[in-house]
Amino acid sequence: MRILYFAWLRQKTGIDSEEVEMPSHIADVAGLIEWLKERNENFAEALTDFESIRVAVNQEFAEPDAPVAQGDEVAIFPPMTGG
Amino acid sequence: MVVKVQSEDFNVGTELSALTAGNTAIGGMTSFVGLVRDLGGEDALKAMTLEHYPGMTEKMLREIEAEANDRWPLEASLIVHRFGRLEPGDQIVLVATASAHRQAAFDSCAFLIDWLKTKAPFWKLEDTREEGARWVEAKAADDRAAERWERRDKDAVE
Repeated sequence: MRILYFAWLRQKTGIDSEEVEMPSHIADVAGLIEWLKERNENFAEALTDFESIRVAVNQEFAEPDAPVAQGDEVAIFPPMTGG
Repeated sequence: MVVKVQSEDFNVGTELSALTAGNTAIGGMTSFVGLVRDLGGEDALKAMTLEHYPGMTEKMLREIEAEANDRWPLEASLIVHRFGRLEPGDQIVLVATASAHRQAAFDSCAFLIDWLKTKAPFWKLEDTREEGARWVEAKAADDRAAERWERRDKDAVE
């Protein structure tokens, strides 16, 4: 699985993109976020508030209960501020 | 339908002329240009850097533009959005829609910029004179501006 981080999530985690082996028991976005939070303090802090982040799976916006699978591209970022 | 995501500046006149060239069914065109704003004072801005999600950005802009074409009888539409480092006064975004009649052009142009602000994966990092670099926070007003089109959509369905 490829995970991308943008804006302050990239800065707080210190990672812009990575390849990870997701544990097989993880089935949805919420589970993936909980797993990432266990990594270290930076991740735990960056991902604490689900309201302040957005997630896309394969470049489509995804709710916490959306399914994720090993081959997916997942992006984690703040609410958008373009235009 | 045209979508461009680029770091370089754009020429509004050139873009708009190209959009309508050869299509005499167009009776009116509306355009919106977003600029880097500097209000001075505590928030005085040195520069702004726009980050985006290559791939998803283009996909979302195409989807938003397709939605506008579904809702209004458009003859032509255009979104140009820049990324990278910009300074106060620089152009950020150009949205333009053209139709046989003006109301469709006005409404669809407002729709495009409202939806783009909350649905296209761009993020602004401001470099301020007083506080240094800070990420711009999403505004509730932008969410409300986008939501008014959601309501209209639901009304249309009902």
